[in-house]
Amino acid sequence: MVRYFTRLRVRRIYKWGGRPYIFDRKLKSYGFEYLNMSVEGQEAVTTVTPGQYILIEGNDDEYPFVAKLLKFFGDESHKQKKALVQWFLRLSEVPQNKKLLLGRSPHPQEIFYYLGRACDNEINAESILGTVHVQHVPEDTPFPEPGTKDTLYVKLSWDTKAFNVLDPVLMQDTPASTPPKPALPLFPPCASPTATPVSRGPVRRALPTPDPTVMRRAGSVSDTRATMSAGKRSTLEAESIHSASKLSASKILSAKRRGSAADTPGVRKKLQLSIGASPGKKMTRADVLCELLDEEMESEKVISLKLSSSVSHSLQHGCSLSPMRSVCKTPNGQRRFPWKLSSISLDRLSPTALGEQDFSRATTPSRRKESAMAIREPALGVLAEEDSEDSPMQPIALTPRSKRKSAQLVSLRIRKQLNLLDNTQELISDGDDDCFVPSKKDLQSSSDEEKTVSEEETRGRNCKTSVRTPHKTPSKKVCMAVGGFCGACVICFYRNLLDNTQKLFSDGDDDCFVPSMKALQSSTDEEKSEEETVVRKTRGRNGKTSARTPCKTPSKKVTPSTPRHATPSIPSRTVPARQPGNILDEARARLHVSSVPESLPCREQEFQDIYNFVESKVMDGTGGCMYISGVPGTGKTATIHEVIRCLQHASDMDEIPTFRFIEINGMKMTDPHQAYVQILQKLTDQKVTADHAAALLEKRFSNPAPKKETTVLLVDELDLLWTRKQNVMYNLFDWPTRRHARLVVLTIANTMDLPERIMINRVASRLGLTRMSFQPYSFKQLQQIITSRLNKVKAFEEDALQLVSRKVAALSGDARRCLDICRRATEICEHSASHPSSTGLVRMSHVMEALDEMFSSSYITAIGCASLQEQLFLRAVIAEFRRLGLEEATFQQVFVQHRALSRVEGLQPISVSEGLAVCQRLGACRLLLLEASRLDMLQRVRLNVSQDDVLYALKAVRD
Amino acid sequence: MSKRKVKETHMPVGECISQVQMILRERFCHQRLPEKPVGMESQHKHLLELLRRTAVHGESNSVLIVGPRGSGKTMLLNCVLRELLEVKDVNKNVLPVHLNGLLQTDDRIALKEITRQLNLENVVGDKVFGSFAENLAFLLEALKKGDRSSSRPVLFILDEFDLFAHHKNQTLLYNLLDVSQSAQAPVAVIGLTCRLDVLELLEKRVKSRFSHRQIHLLSSLSFIQYLDNVRSQLSLPQDFPDTKFYDEWNDSIKTLCEDQSVVDVLQRHYNSSKDFRSLHLLLMLALSRVSASKPAIKPTDLLEASRVCMVDSKANILHGLSILELCLIIAMKHLNDIYEGEPFNFQMVHNEFKKFLQRKSHSIHNFDKPVVMKAFEHLQQLELIKSMDSSTAKIQKEYQLMKLLLDHSQIMEALQKYPQCPTDVKQWAMSAFG
Repeated sequence: MVRYFTRLRVRRIYKWGGRPYIFDRKLKSYGFEYLNMSVEGQEAVTTVTPGQYILIEGNDDEYPFVAKLLKFFGDESHKQKKALVQWFLRLSEVPQNKKLLLGRSPHPQEIFYYLGRACDNEINAESILGTVHVQHVPEDTPFPEPGTKDTLYVKLSWDTKAFNVLDPVLMQDTPASTPPKPALPLFPPCASPTATPVSRGPVRRALPTPDPTVMRRAGSVSDTRATMSAGKRSTLEAESIHSASKLSASKILSAKRRGSAADTPGVRKKLQLSIGASPGKKMTRADVLCELLDEEMESEKVISLKLSSSVSHSLQHGCSLSPMRSVCKTPNGQRRFPWKLSSISLDRLSPTALGEQDFSRATTPSRRKESAMAIREPALGVLAEEDSEDSPMQPIALTPRSKRKSAQLVSLRIRKQLNLLDNTQELISDGDDDCFVPSKKDLQSSSDEEKTVSEEETRGRNCKTSVRTPHKTPSKKVCMAVGGFCGACVICFYRNLLDNTQKLFSDGDDDCFVPSMKALQSSTDEEKSEEETVVRKTRGRNGKTSARTPCKTPSKKVTPSTPRHATPSIPSRTVPARQPGNILDEARARLHVSSVPESLPCREQEFQDIYNFVESKVMDGTGGCMYISGVPGTGKTATIHEVIRCLQHASDMDEIPTFRFIEINGMKMTDPHQAYVQILQKLTDQKVTADHAAALLEKRFSNPAPKKETTVLLVDELDLLWTRKQNVMYNLFDWPTRRHARLVVLTIANTMDLPERIMINRVASRLGLTRMSFQPYSFKQLQQIITSRLNKVKAFEEDALQLVSRKVAALSGDARRCLDICRRATEICEHSASHPSSTGLVRMSHVMEALDEMFSSSYITAIGCASLQEQLFLRAVIAEFRRLGLEEATFQQVFVQHRALSRVEGLQPISVSEGLAVCQRLGACRLLLLEASRLDMLQRVRLNVSQDDVLYALKAVRD
Repeated sequence: MSKRKVKETHMPVGECISQVQMILRERFCHQRLPEKPVGMESQHKHLLELLRRTAVHGESNSVLIVGPRGSGKTMLLNCVLRELLEVKDVNKNVLPVHLNGLLQTDDRIALKEITRQLNLENVVGDKVFGSFAENLAFLLEALKKGDRSSSRPVLFILDEFDLFAHHKNQTLLYNLLDVSQSAQAPVAVIGLTCRLDVLELLEKRVKSRFSHRQIHLLSSLSFIQYLDNVRSQLSLPQDFPDTKFYDEWNDSIKTLCEDQSVVDVLQRHYNSSKDFRSLHLLLMLALSRVSASKPAIKPTDLLEASRVCMVDSKANILHGLSILELCLIIAMKHLNDIYEGEPFNFQMVHNEFKKFLQRKSHSIHNFDKPVVMKAFEHLQQLELIKSMDSSTAKIQKEYQLMKLLLDHSQIMEALQKYPQCPTDVKQWAMSAFG
């Protein structure tokens, strides 16, 4: 990693380098070629140019943010320095709950390509710390042995929901080191992704475009593509959806393309074919086909562009994921639907049109293929979508790049091939300038030579070998050739379909087509092969298996977690827990407080209020505090959890931005200052001391950070966080008010007036007035809660439920109590039943018994069960109280009474020691309240029960 | 074989007696669990059912067993646990954790103990873990990771539950009860306490998390049952090797329990307390008087044991006092009578004593004041008198206010029994005014 300088230590100086160019006339923004960074007082100057990977100052000094620099721009004055970046994430920046999705232990230097949209990709250029080397590691190859600490590795992408295989194309450097480009005409924004019917399948999101700005839109675009090309969906279905949705992405895309493609002669030419198809509501088959071909054309073009540009770069591509693979897949997989449309059945097509190898490959579902398909399809769509994106970097048809020689060559070729449709052999020979025609025979013969494990591998290799020859020619040319060739093939197909001629689906045609794709792939492989021979070898050795089952690839050893961070767990049971048997068991399980109900009845208003509060904060990206009070068992924490669950769901559905939920509980920490430690640990997984944690959090919440999602912090049992200086509370309420904090704090405590009672003014003021009070449940609500929990399990009589809820509502309104009583009642019911199987409903009597058990005081029973001397002593206490007229007496005084009473009762008087023992026993049960026993005879005695209760109990005993 | 059996059945008396003492001592002192808890069938059923549900269904529960000291709380729990562990499914599945409020005096120690008993420390290797906070987080994490169906149920047994309620913030109780009320690892929190008002000790939020299940052990044992219990406790088990001795012993126990004086003694004990522990003490004392020459418990043994049990602790101390100290106590008694229990100081006591010497004494010599002072201090050390002021340092010894910790009856009794007590001292003690 390049040394970078933290702001704390040194001051860095940033200077624009190169010639500024006008980037946007209206906004008067200028682009710049590079940025010179130097440290004050030092000679060394670091130059950062777009296309490089950079480190950006973040919350954590040790782990700054990583991004790929796309371009620099600033305003007229040249003072404001901005940069556009493509973000990469470290695992620590991935939300805690999503980390598991990775499914393996991360490499310490692993980063993820960020495909989400939550982060602003515009940063202050002055927050750049330096450059870093990022290396793309193909999905199924292991990470390079650690050793070069300065390199970060990227393997997967992260789209805020899942880790996906990163398309290697994404990782290619921006071509031509992003020369300054003139401002581009803006396109109207495309249909919003949510408007289109979305089929959320296992659609992977990755784009074959070289331009990362577009990449970032991938998430939104892939959805639309999914409807277009989801392999499993039938074409008719897809079409109906298309026609149904007004903003059908495909139509817009095709329309756009028609406009935009005008510049490229080849495309224009081709489009003329489909010009007859009116862009009306109903799409003709030709239209669809045209569209699809459009996309293909474009993708090929882009690929060719990319290839040409990437020659000079030494980036790594996943061999299995090279762009053209999908096209080779298309005849059997994805492209099934266009054929269906054109009423050529696949059955007919497959034996003829596809090579045997190819077909078998298609029918044997391999994971690799699927992933490739999945990735490719949306990728193509994204290309199309680019047109409508008003991103400043337009890589396709209209970009100057596309006007370059390579593109023109491609289009030229396409045109040529259109003319030569009928003769495939000719076409192939034509397309292949450098004489590589990997015919089927060639392939097979060469496969004999090659020792390969799998068929696939063989094919890949064969192609490679065939390409190897042409590769000796300038590689750029090869790529162009390949690109053109592919385009030709596609068009050839297109024509075939249009004409609906069986003839064209000759073996030769298909064969030449499929391997050509291979060839393209292998050409990319070829480029990479120089640097990455090691990876290659492993692939070769592992062959098919490694490619198909990535999980089986020899991954790096799981690093043993440090003991401090070990997550302990209770050993698991040997015998599985038994499921509830009868209806009462079932009811009991449902009534347990721990069982999470489907919904939370009776707190709709509170739910809505909290939901709105949090949602608005999350949407606005602001912060705020809320104080929630209520007696225990009124559903405060449960409601908030429900709110968060709903919000999480909403954010999963992309309705609101993602946010992070953290929960701390004052009771679950040993010291108020531990709150910092716990918050930090849950935010960043760091374990530090309380003081350090406070400092880090302070920094995190006060400094602006480009990538920041809202944090929702739930502080349960707030009163426990009280300290003399109240600095913990102060900080908790102060952070949300910071401009960049994006922190929402929800606090819970029992007392309504807690802010007034224990908080000093500056703390109470920051807490604000957003308060909410949870009232104790009324009997109707309690009844509803039980009913909803039971959810049609008929175990209680209606009256019995009402009795419980009325009783609890009268006493505390605590839902937990209510549930506990009901549970106890079911037990009593079960026991009282004569036969275990013939248990009926829980009746009033059972509930009464349960209520009695839980609410009745046991003092009277305890007195009744006490020994004779103990009872006598209690009487002596009362007698002495009456004599003194006080509610307190010393043991000595009581003992005199006791002695007299025992004489009256005709009992042998007991000794003082015995008397004291009796007294102590009563004190232990807390029937009497005693002073410390070292006072001996002088200890004072008080009753803990009312005199009436004692007399009542004693009378009952005597009767 | 038969020979051997015959030989076995006629063990020498001494051997039989030692056997008997071993068996009975184990019963009385080691608190061996009875076959079936007596007089608490419903509670037994309730608790067993509850713990079985935790063990088998993974249902979290919390329960308090409340009863006076010696009422059999621990015995009940241990019986239930024994029975529970006999069930095949449960045997390997539950993790009992025993805590005692007298041992784990704060949450830090309690947490360490829990971690140790759960064998969680293995997880972190031999690293001794750091702070209390880490400990708590560690344990909570462990419990949180479990779930109802897959993790082994943990039985937290908190003896002297009320003492845990005095820990700071009741953190441990809150967390344990919170786990028992949430969908985490299944736990059963079983508290044992003798305080009837234990729930009032709990904080509101802790109380709300407790299921309010209380099992009260209030024995309503009648005297007949008590007597039966004594008999069964003293009887030998059937598998006693010497059948002849077995018969003789059990017969003697039967007659012993029918003896009127024995019944009176037991009635007295029963009136005082129904607690089995004090009964065991009494029987133990009686048992220790059995020897080879006297191979049965006689009523006199029991009477003597009862006398030892019932004896007043201070009477014994009084017997060992010197005449001078006794005289001082009598002087204090008179001061108490005169001033109606108001505290006195040494000077007052000395004056009273001097008055007695001048007026009536014939046998007691005049003691120097320092000698009297020394005797006074000795009484203070024996805690027969107690200083009333907390700040003893400031006041001169002579003027420190004291109170007598003896009852009149105790003094008179001691005088009666005091060997060779001078009659004038006795008379002085009896006289109404010094």
